[in-house]
Amino acid sequence: MTDLLKGKVVKVGIADMNMIKPPHSIRTSGLGSCVGVVIYDEKKGIAGLAHVMLPDSSLAKSGQINVAKFADTAVKELVHLLVKEGARMPFLKAKLAGGAQMFQFASGGDLMRIGPRNVDAVRKELSELHIQIISEDVGGNSGRTIQFNLDDCLLNIRTVNKGTKNI
Amino acid sequence: MSFIEKISHLQLDILKEIGNIGAGNAATSLSAILDRKIDMKVPNVRIVSFDEMMEMAGGAEHVVASVFLRIEGDASGSMFFILSLPLAQYLIRQMAGDATFSIDSTPHAELALSCLQELGNILSGSYLSSLADFTRLNLYPSVPSLSIDMVGATISYGLLELSQQSDTAIVIDTVLVKDQLVADSIDGHFFLLPDPEFFDIIFAALGVAPDD
Repeated sequence: MTDLLKGKVVKVGIADMNMIKPPHSIRTSGLGSCVGVVIYDEKKGIAGLAHVMLPDSSLAKSGQINVAKFADTAVKELVHLLVKEGARMPFLKAKLAGGAQMFQFASGGDLMRIGPRNVDAVRKELSELHIQIISEDVGGNSGRTIQFNLDDCLLNIRTVNKGTKNI
Repeated sequence: MSFIEKISHLQLDILKEIGNIGAGNAATSLSAILDRKIDMKVPNVRIVSFDEMMEMAGGAEHVVASVFLRIEGDASGSMFFILSLPLAQYLIRQMAGDATFSIDSTPHAELALSCLQELGNILSGSYLSSLADFTRLNLYPSVPSLSIDMVGATISYGLLELSQQSDTAIVIDTVLVKDQLVADSIDGHFFLLPDPEFFDIIFAALGVAPDD
């Protein structure tokens, strides 16, 4: 019910991104191997969330790519959009969650171990843009639903078996 | 232009028939295991966005038991056997002979999970072998893996291969078990998510020209 008082919740789908300003919050559901990365400028009151599926746009086999799908392009584009909306590059901070290993396979190609690769790729991209990671909840073998609001800049993480927490 | 945008009605019908034959065989296996009549709905072949795919299985946050395996051999793809939690509980109780098993109490007993995994193994095996017979292709399943978690977290694995090429998926969905088994709101889905190259190989094997 508190969601009603805090404005609306902007939902971000898989391989998608969006932005919010207070009092709204932003949410993405069912992160498995995917990584949810929140980038925000606290003082300016603007935050963006991307739900990335794959680590690198070089994996794309077709010409037209959805930039929100790949860690490298999604982080760049999200930062670009945030700055266009008034966020200040040096003040951007990030929180991330996801990158789990949902299925245990004895064999299987690189794609089956995509979770950790997604996390590494997001970290690398953030570090190249000099964006500090404030907190993260990554790896493991649980799906996560995450929600971020600008009031306290906390990222709420809900899992099926391990409860909820704020980071 | 990607294959998905130029698929014909005939090809869609063939995919539907694949779902029909595959899930029909799987339903027969399940029926034999449980010694009960199993219902199956007419398969649904849909071209969906990734988000719509999650909706088909109850929404990204919906918790289900899913058995996932990769199809390897002449053609590749992903297959999911997705069970609502009440159905998973029912099947585990039946197979393990343990009427007290509860899906809500975690961590789950090793035996219970193993039962479900084996069930997924048998059913997807019969789905796949009928598909292999029908197309005369060599198709074999990877060892299945089980996860009881959110739909979004599990199904996204089946989209990985595809997502390198496209933002849509062709999914062959068969609802396997219907209400008469236990109670309402209980169902199991078979999702076949072919990799992009799968279609040309299957249609060539069946003698359907690309522009039919």
